[in-house]
Formats: sequence, C-alpha cells, structure tokens
Amino acid sequence: MKRDISFSARSRRREVLMGLLFILPWILGLLIFTLYPVVASFILSFTRTGEGSAIKWVGLDNYITAFREPDFFRAILNTLILSLIGIPVAQIMSLVAALLLNVKMKFQGVFRTIFFLPSVVPAVATGLLWKWILNPRLGPINTFLDSIGLAGPGWLADPAWVKPSLIIMSFWGIGGTMVIYLAGLQNIPTEYYEAAKLDGAGSWACLKYITMPMLRPVTLFNTIMAIITSFQSFSNIIIMLDMDGGMKKAGLVYGLYIYTNAFRDFKMGYSSALAWILLAFTFVSVMLTYKFFNRSGDQEVS
Amino acid sequence: MTKVKTRRLVLTYMFAIFMSILFLFPFLWMTTTSFKTADQVYDNPMQIIPNPFDFSPYQRLFTENNFGQYLWNTVYVTVLTLIGVILSSSVVAFGFSYFRFPKKELLFKILLGTMMLPAQVTMIPQYILFDKLGWIGSFKPLIIPTFFGGTWVIFLLRQFFDTIPREYSEAAKIDGANEWTIFTKIYLPLAKAPISTSVLFVFMWTWTDFMNPLIYLTDDKMYTLSIALQRISSGARSTDWPLMMAGSLVMALPIVILFFSAQKTFINGASMSGLKG
Repeated sequence: MKRDISFSARSRRREVLMGLLFILPWILGLLIFTLYPVVASFILSFTRTGEGSAIKWVGLDNYITAFREPDFFRAILNTLILSLIGIPVAQIMSLVAALLLNVKMKFQGVFRTIFFLPSVVPAVATGLLWKWILNPRLGPINTFLDSIGLAGPGWLADPAWVKPSLIIMSFWGIGGTMVIYLAGLQNIPTEYYEAAKLDGAGSWACLKYITMPMLRPVTLFNTIMAIITSFQSFSNIIIMLDMDGGMKKAGLVYGLYIYTNAFRDFKMGYSSALAWILLAFTFVSVMLTYKFFNRSGDQEVS
Repeated sequence: MTKVKTRRLVLTYMFAIFMSILFLFPFLWMTTTSFKTADQVYDNPMQIIPNPFDFSPYQRLFTENNFGQYLWNTVYVTVLTLIGVILSSSVVAFGFSYFRFPKKELLFKILLGTMMLPAQVTMIPQYILFDKLGWIGSFKPLIIPTFFGGTWVIFLLRQFFDTIPREYSEAAKIDGANEWTIFTKIYLPLAKAPISTSVLFVFMWTWTDFMNPLIYLTDDKMYTLSIALQRISSGARSTDWPLMMAGSLVMALPIVILFFSAQKTFINGASMSGLKG
C-alpha cells in the first residue's frame, strides 16, 4: 500500500516534468521573443539613444514629443478616417456577399470560390496590381471612365483620392471576412425563419429581426479583427505609395509612422513609445466597439 | 407567387455574376498585362488581351531581375519555417493536451493572449536582440523563432488532440509505450487533417510575409519575393508594368494553385478563426 502511494506520487511528478518538458520550446520562445521584448519595449519607450549609441533615460519625453509632432496627429487622423469609413463599408459588403452566397442556387460553390480567391493573393501582389488598375492614364478604370466621357480622378497620385483608392482596393479582399459571416449564417437554425414566415414576416423583417441579431457576435468579432489589422497595417502603403505615405502624406498611417521611425530613422525609444500608444488606442477602440455593440443590442431587445 | 420567386432568383444570379466579374477582372488584367510589350501597354484604344502575346516580361524577370534567386530564397525560408513551426507546435500542443500539470490552463490563456499583441510592441527589442546576436542580414531572424512554436498552430492542434480518446494511449501504455511513442505513433498519425490545415496557412503566411523580410533582409541576394517585388516597383523599373505583373503572378501562382487543390481546408480554416489568425 505504502509503495503504491509513493509510486503514484512519483508518476505524478514525472507527468508534471514531462508536461513541462513538452511545452518547453514554447516557454522559451515566450520568454525570449515575447516577454523580454514587451518589457524591453516598455523600458525603451522612456529612453533615447544618444551619441555613440549610449542610451539615455528621458522619462515621459518620448510620449510628450509624440503629442507635439504634426506627423503623429496626421498618422492618427489618416488611420481613423480609413478605419471609420473603410471598416463599416467593408463589413456591409462582406455581409451582403455572404447573404448572396447563402441563397440556394446553382454554381454556389463556383461563386464562393470566385469571391474568396482574391483574399489569398499576397499583399504585395495585390498592392502592385491595384496600383496598376488605378493608374490614372493607362489603368482600366480611368480608360473606361474616359470612354463614357467622364474624367477619372488621379487616384493614388491625388492626395484627396488616396484614401478612397485604398478603401476601394480593400473591397477586393473581403473574402476572408465573408466566409466568417457565411459560417455565422449557416449556424442560424432554419426553424426561426420558418416560424417567422408562418407569422407572415417578409424577407426584410427576417433580416432585421432574425439574421442581424443572430449575427451580432460574428459582426463584433469581424469588426474587432478589422480594427486591430487596420491600426497596424502599413505594407500596402509602402507598396502602393512610398515610405512617406505618398503626396502630402495623405497615406501616412500609424503603422507606417512607427515603421519609419524605428527602421528608417532608428529612433528606437520614440518608436517604442509609439507602439505603446498604439496598444492603448487599440485597447480603447476595441472596448468602445464592444460597448457600442452591446448597447445597440439592448435597444433592439427593449 | 412563383413568378416573384423566379424573378428574384434571376436577379440573384445576375447580381452574383456581376460581382464575380468585378472580383475576377483584376486577375485577368494582371495576367494579360504580364504578356504585353512595353508598347502594348500604351495601346490606344486599350487591348485587354494582347496580340501577339509577349513572353519577354518573364524573361526579363528571370534574367535581368534575378527572380530565380528570390524564388529560391522564398522557398528556402518557407520550407524551414514550416519544419520549425509544425515540429515545435505539435510537441507543445501534445504537452498541453496530454499531461496534467499545475497552471496549465493559465499558461494556455497566456498563449492565446499573445495572439492579440501587436507586432509593433515586440519588433523593436527583437530587432535589437537579433542585432546583438549578429543575425541582421541573415535568414536567422525569420527562421529560428519559428522553432519555438507558432501560437495559432499550437491552439489548433491542442483543440484536436483534446478530442482523441484517452483509451488509445492507455492501451499503448500497457504495452509499454512511453510518452514520446504515444505522441509519434498515436497522436501525430491521427492529426493529419489539422496538420495539413496548419501547413497550408503557415505556408501562405510565410510565402507572403512582407514585414519581417523588410526589417531583417538587408542583402539584395537574400530578398524574398515580396521584398524583391517591392524594390523593383520602387526603383528605376517602376513603370515596367508587364514586368511587375509577371512578378506578381509568379508570386501569387503557388498560393492560388494550393488554394484550388485544398479549397475546403482553406475556407474552413479561414472561417474558423479569421484568415490572419
């Protein structure tokens, strides 16, 4: 009996050790590539690299500097405009596409493939392709507009049209969001619609009182993911415009502002502070979105 | 009633076809441009389908622009990343699923939490660290961290391992199998489906990655396709549209082919957790 207990205690300890051994790669990775960098980034954000790469403690100076930089506000404003217009419109388009593909019809699979396909195209290829499609002189859009007697805009070459161009381009890649909506739609029990139809509800009423409320968690998830992505994105700007965000910096987004400060100007302290401001902004925006979704939910119930 | 229904169905088809044309046109435009000469690009009126087809953009890509090297670099980084992520993540996922140890669920929550952390917060100290190690300008910063597990893959595989009945391993244990044997002989062979999903997505993310190669690859000979394309497009050849479209096509083609050969896995994976994890 006694031997039995010590045996099970030993096997228990062995299990703990084996478990830790198996997850050891991840623990090491967490410490080296995540935890240490997070702490270092926070500390760095209070420092400045002086002459001869000596690191100097500057307190809150980096954060204060940020709020005095015109480019900082420009980057935040550009990111906010792109997000506030681009995200809702893209969500609505993804939802419309998902509703369309949820209708029982022939070639449904073919349509689904076509709608989804653009979202697997590499970002660099997408960026170059759209830069070419939006080419003011030789691109197909302006050529078409020209043929029906309209003068097309300068798109990426015109500061006023940079943001619309980026938003229009993003519609091409709604496939990823669309399939999440589609999965959400397929999870709604068909009985709900049947019962509503019996009560004489039309398609609009079904959409408003069944589909939309049932999809709220999916919509919330998609919106939050879109916010996180949008606040960090910068590669499409580098590819389609340049490191400055194009003419008059109309495409200078926050992700690009961090990137150029860190890896072009090597202001490691300042850009670390920018990264923490990004984290705070993301957190606040996600919270606000969450609140917004819950409040609009309560109203519908009452 | 049926008339209304038919009309509605016809409208739905028309809308779906219209949208399909909008989604497909950019592919057509990319492909046909890549077979044009510099002069054909300026054709007025515009010829969408070039006549004759010109293969010289692809020639320029692989001779003057060293695309073979960039293709090989991308394959190299992608294959090593795949080996690193799949090997390490499956081991870690098994650890989280099979064993009981204190604070396991807390650690797993931390793992999920790190998925939410913006790359911007960690990338600067990571760069400084790799710089101190002398790794900047080599493939090491892109490859070595992948051997410490990929969060998304660990999550996916653990979810799957949790569904494997305990009886399988208990039976093997009686026959004298140790944990490593249970992992390699029972769990891994059963996990073919989630592992292929992981391979697909990790392949796609690595093949198309722009940020990490942009930060860490400084030597022209080591560029991956995404950096090479960006450099070509911002350099002296920025108006050679056939060349750039040919390059974009070469870069996109492997993924498009992969997508067509494993469509279900792709769409299910994407609808499960969002395309970018």
